[in-house]
Amino acid sequence: MKPRFVLRSSTPWWRGPLLIAFAAVATFAITAALIRWAGGNPIAAYRYMFINPLQSKFGITESVLAATPLVFTGAAVALAFRSGYWNIGAEGQLLAGTIGATWFGLHAEGLPKIVAVPGVLIAGAICGAVWALVPALLRSRLGIDEVVTTLLLNPVALLVITGLLNGPWRNSETGFPDSDVVAESVMMPIVWPGSRVHFGLIAGGLLALGCWWYVARMAGGLRLRAVGLAPGAARIAGLEVERTLLATALASGAIAGVGGASEISGVAHQLTIGISSGFGYTGVIVATLAALNFIGGVVVALLLGVINVGSFSASRALSIPSTMGEVVQSVLLITVVAALVINKFRIVWKAADK
Amino acid sequence: MNNGPTSSIWLKEIRKSYGATVALDGVTLGIRPGEVHALLGENGAGKTTLMKTLFGLTQPDSGQIEIDGNAAVISTPRDARAAGIGMVTQHFSLVKTMTVAENLALANTRLVRVDLDGARETARTANDRFGIDVPADSLISELPVALQQRVEILKALAAGCRYLILDEPTAVLGPRDVDALLDVMRRLRDEESMAVVLISHKMKEIERIADRVSVLRRGSVVASTDAKGMTSQELIKLMVGTENQKETGSRDRTTGSGEAASTGARESGLAGVGSKGVVLKVNGVSTAKEVGGLNDVSFEVRAGEILGVAGVSGNGQTDLVEVLSGTLRPSAGEITVSGEVIDAPRPAALMAAGMGILGEDRHASAVHQLPVVENLVLDQLRSFTKWGQLNRKAMAARCDEAITQFEIKATPDQTLGTLSGGNMQKVLLARLFGRSPKVAVVSQPTRGLDVASTWYVRSLISSARDEGTGVVLVSEDLDEVLELADRVAVMYRGRILAVVSAREATRERIGELMAGVTQ
Repeated sequence: MKPRFVLRSSTPWWRGPLLIAFAAVATFAITAALIRWAGGNPIAAYRYMFINPLQSKFGITESVLAATPLVFTGAAVALAFRSGYWNIGAEGQLLAGTIGATWFGLHAEGLPKIVAVPGVLIAGAICGAVWALVPALLRSRLGIDEVVTTLLLNPVALLVITGLLNGPWRNSETGFPDSDVVAESVMMPIVWPGSRVHFGLIAGGLLALGCWWYVARMAGGLRLRAVGLAPGAARIAGLEVERTLLATALASGAIAGVGGASEISGVAHQLTIGISSGFGYTGVIVATLAALNFIGGVVVALLLGVINVGSFSASRALSIPSTMGEVVQSVLLITVVAALVINKFRIVWKAADK
Repeated sequence: MNNGPTSSIWLKEIRKSYGATVALDGVTLGIRPGEVHALLGENGAGKTTLMKTLFGLTQPDSGQIEIDGNAAVISTPRDARAAGIGMVTQHFSLVKTMTVAENLALANTRLVRVDLDGARETARTANDRFGIDVPADSLISELPVALQQRVEILKALAAGCRYLILDEPTAVLGPRDVDALLDVMRRLRDEESMAVVLISHKMKEIERIADRVSVLRRGSVVASTDAKGMTSQELIKLMVGTENQKETGSRDRTTGSGEAASTGARESGLAGVGSKGVVLKVNGVSTAKEVGGLNDVSFEVRAGEILGVAGVSGNGQTDLVEVLSGTLRPSAGEITVSGEVIDAPRPAALMAAGMGILGEDRHASAVHQLPVVENLVLDQLRSFTKWGQLNRKAMAARCDEAITQFEIKATPDQTLGTLSGGNMQKVLLARLFGRSPKVAVVSQPTRGLDVASTWYVRSLISSARDEGTGVVLVSEDLDEVLELADRVAVMYRGRILAVVSAREATRERIGELMAGVTQ
């Protein structure tokens, strides 16, 4: 008897959720061992990581705040991936967005808020798209693989920020490598009174909803999906594969850029070296965990927000490394991807051929 | 030549079917050392399936393999290698970013250690022993195809094979490389007394090199004889069958009335339209490919006729369809679709002018993961869009209509990849004819389909003709071409050798033309 994997023609509806549950259990088992090894109590660590943040208003709102940039980058990555454009550069595009937003914010003194807030978001979008442009052109014109080019532009964006903060944008009061605080007019309003949760959450949610609508309901979305699933067949059907890829890559960069602007305009209010703690990379995790579903992406972003906040309190309380949160995310990614792949196949036990 | 020990391979009563399609229908074949054994047949005749069976890549449904008189079990390529069988498939399995020596070392599964020096030594001795000269330290990606092929052969030889299967090895080679490969094959035969199985479509090569030739047709061996004295024409005759050998099944497919109707249409079609009815004009089209390219191809297709394109596989048919579908840019020439000259032909521009394509590989033309309804409208999204939004209601209506009209056994929301070959083909034909194209180019429309689907697809093509579409039917199934076409163009080495009217298109005449004989 030898096991063979056969592609499923149809999947019962309960299989997906069941496998995800299995993935969660597997994640728990693996990370529990690691937490043990690091000298912590896994049950306690999990209580801090998942339950504690949800037991106080502060925990909840901080989790939502941590999730906000991930809503943008998750949608950006999912959109690109749906078209078969493997954009690993959301990090750099988000950073480019923070540059654009900071520039706009430093020059927007005196503008009315109704103009300044959209303006700062658009500035972020434009810079994000510009950062995505070169890899997108290389891919659509010359067929150069975008995984490497988008990825390698990420540290470049950070270097540009470092250069700006040590040069023209050095803080005029403290002399530290942080920019000045942006104009009051570009700061987005707080939407959850008594917390730091800002309008960026709503903007991100709307963008994710818009992406879903576009991909599921619009003709352009069908084109995008067809190009992503079978570029050859799409070309035969007369679709402009290269143009679709280019447009999607730019849209993806723009969404990540808005995510960067949302951080500047919503919470940070100034550009710093550590403005992004890997939001773009985590966006890849968000999109993948959500199986490239946009609404699911918002949910996953919120879950990862909880883990981020929780892993800090777990680390403080149990003196385990605070990077355990990232470890949990990574293990979850691996198990869920495995579950999604397994979900596509069924196992056939077949007697060896005579 | 056969003075050595009579070790040999016998394939006995090998049977293999894929669903309703019978690929091998009880094939018996012997392979002896010291001979080049050519395996000839149209695409889909079963040559590759048979050799994959021998190499352990597929399992037969029944039948057995005997090596030196003992029954052998070959369920994996590893078993095959252990039995001294090596195969070079059409798609090479080389690591392109590694050197020749590294690839050879990888293939050496006996060692745990990567033995690069040993691999270099193998390459050096190969030059002396077999005349296979490969630069051991060059990257595979930097080598021309002919040399990559030699590395593949070397891999098989280094594994100690006594029986070497080459699957259409010359399809990718230029004339000089073909000569060199034939030399290598001769040395393997004469000096190493190995058996070489050569799968090929090319009569000239078979005439030059083969000692024995076996011809497969529709999963059966129709001849297995001494190659000496066989001419190209005789071989092609065996390959395509002769009138009286023709299976009764194919006659049954065309009902009497259908035959009469289509003949009627042929005559009225030819009488009714002059050059005014020309819907497709191809003028002096060439492609830059050295092998399998087009060389100054010109022809016309009128509304309401089927131009059949016949030819032995690899004589430019694939390029012709790719040029007409806009996925391959011609290096010279002009395409005119219903009076409109298409510059820089791209799929969208050609479609807009009234061209419709059914590609030879239906899997490459369909988005497997999307549902039937979305595949069905993919090439005409504009008509199903309102304010950028998909008009789902109109799409569903179109899909229901197509499912009824084309007898597609599927639901609109079923993902296309789960459909049977016949139903998938019907979806693609529904898409093609749903746009009422002026010209329809259909390539190998019934390849791999069961009898019922084949009959249905053919009747669709002839009714499209009767409704005034100009059809180009590219097919390697000569029966299909003769049954449907009003005129038959025969391709040979990238050229159209002749265009023959249906009345003059006998099997013998077309067979001669396919072999390149113009008399």
